[in-house]
Amino acid sequence: MLTTLSKDTMAIMREQDVVPLRNRVKEVAVKIGMGLVNQTKLITAASELVRNMLRYGNGGDVLIEVVSKGREVGVRLTFSDRGPGIPDINLAMQDGYSTGRSLGLGLPGTKRLMNEFSIQSTVGQGTVVSIVKWKNG
Amino acid sequence: MDRIPILRMGAFLLVTIQVDLYDRLALSLEADLVDMVHKTGARGVLIDISSVSIVDSFMGRILGNIASMTRVLDAETVVVGMQPAVAITLIELGLSLKGVHTALNVERGMTLLNDKFGQDDELAGDDADDAE
Repeated sequence: MLTTLSKDTMAIMREQDVVPLRNRVKEVAVKIGMGLVNQTKLITAASELVRNMLRYGNGGDVLIEVVSKGREVGVRLTFSDRGPGIPDINLAMQDGYSTGRSLGLGLPGTKRLMNEFSIQSTVGQGTVVSIVKWKNG
Repeated sequence: MDRIPILRMGAFLLVTIQVDLYDRLALSLEADLVDMVHKTGARGVLIDISSVSIVDSFMGRILGNIASMTRVLDAETVVVGMQPAVAITLIELGLSLKGVHTALNVERGMTLLNDKFGQDDELAGDDADDAE
């Protein structure tokens, strides 16, 4: 069971919103005492997902939560956009697959960096990606 | 608009990234560097990322692009000073920066560039200085 200890939402509409989001995520990670390597993984993952949201989803909202499960405490980030959605999630999760001109590492790479990763997408409605990094994960 | 300064040191160009990069800033650095290599005939580019706390796939791609673009203009790029946490994250993300020279710090990066381009090229750099 995941319990939410605190939450905060940021709207991402433009590229200029990315650096403040990274900073906010860092603040939250530092506050719960997350180590530097996990912080770096979390912020990098956030950076990947927020870029996807801007590029493919025309922006959206990011929910930043401090969550706990048993003895573990961590940060959960949920990226929601109202973009075109992803028709084939399995394909999008493959290394090297991209409909843009990127390296296609964003989604699969992010999953590798995180402890928990989930993605839901409905064509025509949008995409929700949720990630969790435990403080000691 | 923000710009990352590019310093010229003999035959080499020196860039220290001290701000959080967003995509457009990284893209303008790429364009500026390629332009500077072309204009100055620089033989090497040294990019210090010791103050950079994250390198994501976009930034990694830009570093790779800079290395490839300068190479076709006959200049080598060395990326120096990567933080350990950034190195761990990059590799787990799936980026190995293939084709990009790296060095632990600025000093070793300069040694690497100097070793690649001996006396001749330092002269070429001096000539370029005179021409200005």
